[in-house]
Amino acid sequence: MVSTLTRSERQAAIGVSVLVAICGLAFAALGRHDVLEIHGFLILAFGLLCAFAVINGYYEPEPTDERLASYYDAPIKAGIALSMAWAVFALFIGVWVASLLAWPNLTFDQAWASFGRLRPVHTTGIIFGFGGNALIATSFHVMQRTSRARMPDQFSAWFVLIGFNLFCLLSVTGYLVGVTQSKEYAEAEWYADIWLVIVWVTYFILYVRTIARRKEPHIYVANWYFLAFILVVAILHIVNNIAVPVSLGHAKSYPVWSGVQDAMVQWWYGHNAVAFFLTAGFLGMLYYYLPVRAQRPIFSYRLSILSFWGITFFYMWAGSHHLHYTALPHWVQTLGMTFSVMLLVPSWASAGNALLTLNGAWHRVRDDATLRFMMVAAVFYGLSTFEGSFMAIRPVNSLSHYTDWTVGHVHAGALGWVALITFGSFYTLVPSLWKRERMYSPALVEVHFWLALAGTLVYIFAMWNSGVIQGLMWRTYTEEGTLAYSFIDSLVAMYPYYIARTLGGLLFFVGAIIGSYNIWMTVRAVPLAADRGSDIPDSSAVAVAGE
Amino acid sequence: MAVEERDPVSGRRTTGHEWNGIKELDTPVPKGVLIFLIVTHIFAVLWWFLMPSWPLGDTYTKGLLDVNQHKTVEEQLVSSAAQRSSWMDSIETLSFEQIQADPELMSIVKSSGHQLFGDNCAACHGIDGKGRANYPDLTDDDWLWGGDVETIAETMRVGINSAHPESRFAQMPSFGADGILNREEVRSASAYVYSLSHEDYSTPENIGRIEAGKEVFIANCAVCHGENARGNRDLGAPNLTDPYWIYGGDLQTIVNSVHGGRQGHMPTWDERLTEGNIKILALYVHSLGTDEE
Repeated sequence: MVSTLTRSERQAAIGVSVLVAICGLAFAALGRHDVLEIHGFLILAFGLLCAFAVINGYYEPEPTDERLASYYDAPIKAGIALSMAWAVFALFIGVWVASLLAWPNLTFDQAWASFGRLRPVHTTGIIFGFGGNALIATSFHVMQRTSRARMPDQFSAWFVLIGFNLFCLLSVTGYLVGVTQSKEYAEAEWYADIWLVIVWVTYFILYVRTIARRKEPHIYVANWYFLAFILVVAILHIVNNIAVPVSLGHAKSYPVWSGVQDAMVQWWYGHNAVAFFLTAGFLGMLYYYLPVRAQRPIFSYRLSILSFWGITFFYMWAGSHHLHYTALPHWVQTLGMTFSVMLLVPSWASAGNALLTLNGAWHRVRDDATLRFMMVAAVFYGLSTFEGSFMAIRPVNSLSHYTDWTVGHVHAGALGWVALITFGSFYTLVPSLWKRERMYSPALVEVHFWLALAGTLVYIFAMWNSGVIQGLMWRTYTEEGTLAYSFIDSLVAMYPYYIARTLGGLLFFVGAIIGSYNIWMTVRAVPLAADRGSDIPDSSAVAVAGE
Repeated sequence: MAVEERDPVSGRRTTGHEWNGIKELDTPVPKGVLIFLIVTHIFAVLWWFLMPSWPLGDTYTKGLLDVNQHKTVEEQLVSSAAQRSSWMDSIETLSFEQIQADPELMSIVKSSGHQLFGDNCAACHGIDGKGRANYPDLTDDDWLWGGDVETIAETMRVGINSAHPESRFAQMPSFGADGILNREEVRSASAYVYSLSHEDYSTPENIGRIEAGKEVFIANCAVCHGENARGNRDLGAPNLTDPYWIYGGDLQTIVNSVHGGRQGHMPTWDERLTEGNIKILALYVHSLGTDEE
């Protein structure tokens, strides 16, 4: 890793690491009467570790200019490994929190193991740890390949990847000791948020710089989506997290937004995190790995344009559908609902474009579990975007809101769409990136596919049933006009579904372990491919890249 | 770029671009997609006309249907209160005896009481009212303050050791921890209490301690629990001779109770539930037991 950095990049890496370590030390000193102290020392250790790693390889020979004739793949490999590690960790936590709902004693009387702390560990670990690392890794791959350009330097990519993982680490460890700003999917406190802004802006600049070096006249669709993902997530993150810390020595901060405005900002953020993190980014992934694996051209460029602009425009308005029947003014709810309905067609256009791309390759879908991962992901994408628009309709929402139906919907998207497209992309990418003939075991890819699909189906059917029953029980009145059920009655009714959900999650978790093993063994044990074709930027342009 | 290329499967032209092997077809947007797109837009625009939707400075378009969620909730509250008043008025005005004599009202008490109990009482007393460790069983006909409907309603209204100014107050002192009784006295008093509900405990080897415990009991405990240990409902002191225990009736738990004392807490429901709902709950709780008084 260090050997691929130039001398000046090594110096920069040490400088940044030491700077991070000093910040950590400052936090540890300022926050010595607060939980911030723990994070101070964690940041200090992280910075020193990075500095040490670079110093350790500092005198290795510098990379030659030959590197400029190839793509820079080292951070992509690290990103895939980190992504799978986070997947296994956060899916395990997911199974645990699912079990807690059926068997509450599984907290073992430990504060850190309570539901309220473990749940954000699960959501952050999956969305940011697994999803974020997967997006960073694949976007680095796609931006270079579709631009036929090596990324402009070696250091930025590492800074983005490692810095992002520091953010994830701070978030997750913070929740366990009680650090949270209590905003869903934005629980991390102010210092972690500021750090993420620095990392994310670097990510954006790196992406744009690479695109600017492209040797293709046109920018491929996948890059539109990745850029939208990076740009909008930056905006969302900054606006939703504007907060004033109690002091520089305290982890706690208070948002500048308050009351219903705060709720609106939070769900504008929350819904667009779904839109631009969990949708746009992964559509970028789909737009590259699906046609590559299927060896088919994209069904329709025009449909791509329609769905891209439809998704980016309409999603921005839809967040208020999370606040139906609340203190949020009725007119804002109406706008959220109608824009969610108009969003349906662009979303389906994306899913349809993906599935129609498979025309002429359905025999491959049948035989190749990797391609099947991506095909099923597109189906779940279509399914959950329909469900989302449907649930955004106010009268439907009056039944579904606050119930497990929402949880089921989220997981149809997160398991069925996000995770499946990621696994499909990884199985496509890993052999090519490490220049192996194939995956270590196609049979294990097949096993993983069926475990993932079965787990997803068990999970969402359990939550649909549970959610609809719950919603109906809450609103059922007796003839005399009193509620027919108490809240506890609805909990009793949900119990079997909670067990089923845990089982579904467990299947999915086992699948991810098998996938990680398969990727690991591919890197370790599969022989190098004799010839994978040329996977290099246009050699005639090396002179330009050499600057 | 200008090379015209056709996809052999679909017969469509490509756009002429290629990115690392990926191409795109120049397929027009399917008609169905456009029609569907138009339909959703027509729906949205219609909805904007009907409902409150677009902001106009400090006001907004109210919509032709004149719907407003605040108004809707208010109307629903009024109409459901009106629906309930047909029987709620009777519950509020009639005496407990009169309600109990009316099977129709009692069936409402049962169904509505179940929900009220589940949402307000079950967290401590259990969904079946059978209590759990440290929380009283309401179905066993053993009552601290009395189990007739009026008393139950009063206990709910003021609570026990609660913040209500008229709260019932009861405390089992911590005889051991506060040094009122020494270690041996705590043990013997507990042995005596235990023997009251466990005849087989009075074996020759235990009888000495039990006898000693009785003296401790008379001197320290009888003032609340009574010389016969049957408790005193005016003070909320439990009957110690029956098989019903809140904190547990095994010897060790009794020792713990005598040593460390007990202070139960029943919240006041005076301002959280309406008078009618408290009456319903009192009748409901009363109906859980096999009846007394």
